[in-house]
Amino acid sequence: MQQGMERVETALATPRGAPLGGRVGPLAESAVWFVPFLAFSLSFLVLPAAGLVAGSLSGAHGPTLRYLLQVLQPQYLIAYKASIELSAVTAALGGILGVLLSWAVVAGGLPRLLRSTLLTFSGVASNFAGVPLAFAFTSTLGPVGMITLLLDRFGLNLYQRGFTLFGFTGLVLTYLYFQIPLMVLLITPALEHAARWSEAAANLGASTAVYWWRIGLPILRLPLLGAALLLFGSGFGAYATAYALTSGMINLVPILIGQEMSGNVVYSPALGDALAVGMIVVMAVVFLGLRLVQRGTRT
Amino acid sequence: MSAARRHRLAPWLIVALAALYFVVPLVATAQFSLAGARGGVSFQAFAAVLEDPNFWLSLRFSVLVALAAVLIGFALVVPAAYWAHLRVPRMRQWVELISILPFVVPPIVLVFGIVRLYGGGVGPLASPLVMLLAAYGVIALPYLFRSVDNGLRSMDVPRLTEAALSLGAGWGLVLWRVILPNLRGALLGGSFLVLALVMGEYAIASMLGFNSFGVYMLLTGENEAQQAAALAMIALGLVWLLIGLLQLLGRGDIAANSGAR
Repeated sequence: MQQGMERVETALATPRGAPLGGRVGPLAESAVWFVPFLAFSLSFLVLPAAGLVAGSLSGAHGPTLRYLLQVLQPQYLIAYKASIELSAVTAALGGILGVLLSWAVVAGGLPRLLRSTLLTFSGVASNFAGVPLAFAFTSTLGPVGMITLLLDRFGLNLYQRGFTLFGFTGLVLTYLYFQIPLMVLLITPALEHAARWSEAAANLGASTAVYWWRIGLPILRLPLLGAALLLFGSGFGAYATAYALTSGMINLVPILIGQEMSGNVVYSPALGDALAVGMIVVMAVVFLGLRLVQRGTRT
Repeated sequence: MSAARRHRLAPWLIVALAALYFVVPLVATAQFSLAGARGGVSFQAFAAVLEDPNFWLSLRFSVLVALAAVLIGFALVVPAAYWAHLRVPRMRQWVELISILPFVVPPIVLVFGIVRLYGGGVGPLASPLVMLLAAYGVIALPYLFRSVDNGLRSMDVPRLTEAALSLGAGWGLVLWRVILPNLRGALLGGSFLVLALVMGEYAIASMLGFNSFGVYMLLTGENEAQQAAALAMIALGLVWLLIGLLQLLGRGDIAANSGAR
């Protein structure tokens, strides 16, 4: 079968100048298929990103590092720290809770029906984000939310105790609503794989500890790391949820970038560029980590 | 016996706690959206939303824009992925790499970059609608590429193409009558996910000044708390519908890590 396919491929990979595609040469012929895709990606992804880098480096009198250094001032550094903390905390918590939930359903001996229910629900919940999610949590844990009022009736006034949905803790609670399901979707295939080995190991007399140390963790190490990186990215880039929840009154980098621009008008371009470049740098590091993990998984 | 029971208890407990965390906000939202005067039930908030012409206008706008983004994305991805599968296997990994690059540029950064590059200029690229569609097209790329790539893997692209060509079909006919019909499931799967992503999208639409569904939800919800809850329920219903359709197809990812967030 494989051999057969290769033969067809070689038959189709005609030599230079062969008349398969008509008058144009093979290079030009290939270009027709790739150019729209490449031109679009270049125009609306690569060039805008490159433009941000260029903009962040150019001042009124030639190249400058002023704006990039400005980002390192405390007021902006705090925003980066908060954004990174928020993404890291929700990635870690979402990751751990997602794994626990998925493992309970995959290997806990629960009814099979729960598995498909969990996956369907996770698909919905991981996409139920942004403005409506913020509204849902306001109805739940806002100052007059259902749970807030319920606890108040039992003598526990959350807001008098210093809790607020519109700060860091509230954002963590809200982000987990899409982070946990995202983890479940990403990790369930790997956990199912590991669970099959768990039966085999148990049949051969391995204890739970031995199984996890010798089989489970080695199998799951890279998938777990990859999923955690994806969760981090998903939290780091999030804008609408935080904006809607806090009315834009929280010091996160995406919110600051949003403040630099409104209705097609950019207020202080170079600073906005520098803030955006900082986000790209963080995401690029995460992305490289992800590629390394994926390469490790394949071999 | 008791050991086995203990073994079962932990998984049930985890599932129960998770169910609590995930169901309570939905119950609270439903209750809040339906709360009437003196503890009664009222559909007032839903009626107010559904009677608001701006609700339908914004929803229609977002559906149309999302469909346009899906079409644009497929028009770019299908030819490139098809040709890579057919003739230039080396290109496949490059097309894939470019398709997942949007991960590196979060939506808010993407729209900022596009506005900075094209916003001040003249001509079609400076039009907010073009910038909006371009940004949504970029956001859609990873999901559309993955579904198209999976679809192409599951068929024998060279053989189908060769058969069609040898019967006298031109390239356009090959794509339209042979490849696309075989990709139908993959195309639908990718579309539903992107529709779910783009329909509630807020960051890009609000920055470009559009009254999209996401923007409408926020503007309405800021003033009318009960309508906010009703809108959240409606949005949940829409996501549920799209993801449900996606799962009926039984293919493609249902995990997206950007977009509406």
